[in-house]
Amino acid sequence: MHPAPSVIIFTSLSGLGFGLLFWMGLGVLAPTGWVAFAFFTIAYLLAVGGLMASAFHLGHPERALKAFTQWRTSWLSREAWASVLALVTMALYGAGLVFFASRWAVLGYLGAALSLATVVTTAMIYTQMRTVPRWHNATTPGMFLSFSLGGGALLAGQVTLASWLLPFAGLALVAHWVMGDRALAGSGTTLASATGLGDRGTVRSFEPPHTGTNYLLREFVHVVGRKHSVTLRVIALLSGFVLPVLILLAGAGHVLAAVAVLLHLVGVFASRWLFFAEAEHVVGLYYGKR
Amino acid sequence: MTSLPEKTDRKLGLVIDLDTCVGCHACVISCKGWNTENYGAPLADTDAYGADPSGTFLNRVHSYEVQPESGPAQLVHFPKSCLHCEDAPCVTVCPTGASYKRVEDGIVLVNESDCIGCGLCAWACPYGAREMDPTAGVMKKCTLCVDRIYNENLPEEDREPACVRTCPAGARHFGDFADPESDVSKLTAERGGMDLMPEQGTKPVNKYLPPRDRDIDVLAPLLEPVAEDSKGFLGWLDKTLSKVGGA
Repeated sequence: MHPAPSVIIFTSLSGLGFGLLFWMGLGVLAPTGWVAFAFFTIAYLLAVGGLMASAFHLGHPERALKAFTQWRTSWLSREAWASVLALVTMALYGAGLVFFASRWAVLGYLGAALSLATVVTTAMIYTQMRTVPRWHNATTPGMFLSFSLGGGALLAGQVTLASWLLPFAGLALVAHWVMGDRALAGSGTTLASATGLGDRGTVRSFEPPHTGTNYLLREFVHVVGRKHSVTLRVIALLSGFVLPVLILLAGAGHVLAAVAVLLHLVGVFASRWLFFAEAEHVVGLYYGKR
Repeated sequence: MTSLPEKTDRKLGLVIDLDTCVGCHACVISCKGWNTENYGAPLADTDAYGADPSGTFLNRVHSYEVQPESGPAQLVHFPKSCLHCEDAPCVTVCPTGASYKRVEDGIVLVNESDCIGCGLCAWACPYGAREMDPTAGVMKKCTLCVDRIYNENLPEEDREPACVRTCPAGARHFGDFADPESDVSKLTAERGGMDLMPEQGTKPVNKYLPPRDRDIDVLAPLLEPVAEDSKGFLGWLDKTLSKVGGA
């Protein structure tokens, strides 16, 4: 799949933002006044900034409101609802902490649940794609959820939580790679089944339908950069999870904690880039590109 | 609505005969022509006369080589467009309701004024049947020429999809698969019409007829080699050359 920067930025940042909102909603940290304001500002910049970035890959962003209509069948529509409900609920909860120095617990729990639900809907947009076997398994929501919870705990300054959850997220990432590397072969979809000609002999793409490129090849048959996948996997794992945990365990102050957050973000970006770049859409089979 | 209908009254679709298709791409061109000049946003071309031309098409013809265990390889031309699946995954993922499957005839369509161009339906389609138009920013797909097949302003023989109407080899057939007596149903039954990627669970309506076995070869007996063990002048030449060349 084409690793579009807008979608990589969106899923990475909003995942972190909703993770932070989740821990704040649960009351794991319940700052008041200006400190609360600072935490909520960071969370909203990440969550809303991510959502804005995702609007850039739309052909017609001005019609985005229509995306709220099909929640019965569409995970993208459900994501729209979950994100708006989570943001509104947590804004009310945040107003209580910032302006009235009081924690409206029920509202917080509701906001936390909605924040987590938003991450689930984002993950399900990818997980539901039977056409991309690498995504179509439980490791995709596992990875999105554990990233969000671990990264959110890190941002929230919860050392104990983060040092438990980040290694777990790292394991989820490794599981996604291990499962993913076998997924296309295990899916049963091949050029033989794609053409229906497999029982007659070995099928080979002889000539593509066109001499130039097209939307399908640009969007679904990304092969550039896969040669760096091992390097990027090491960077993602070390920077995103191993180093931040080591920093936390060493007993970080504020400055080092900020370094841990930045390292984590670099790792998440790298892993999210791989999530798209390594994903093999079955339409590539028709072009002999798998 | 992006919920799929439980059942459609008719199941309109195509039968594509891989035995007959000659790979001329006439269906590609007639499709592009009709669907650029008629319903919906035109099918854009970018850098059409430059170094990197690219364009939106609703129908594309691949060519595959099939190498059996023994015997010569076979070339199969393979036209591919929307299969108007019964369980169309492209429809249910649409967040706006722009993509829908019609209850009356099963055609899968895009309401372009509701499409936000998120591209998710193209991700969900295993066949590459949907392409985002770079100029209009909306998703384009085969409409089964919905603006021809019911169009009473056209002569009756033209009320079929442009690709079917134009095919010089008669490799494309249009009809109702819900009617067991229709030509397309009978063709599918007689020739073993098949689904593409059945494991994807999309239940495509369009069927592909596999190439026939090459069992009738009237020329083969006449083309038996006649000089395997040659006599006379050729025999003498063969022996002499073998001696000279050592073979």
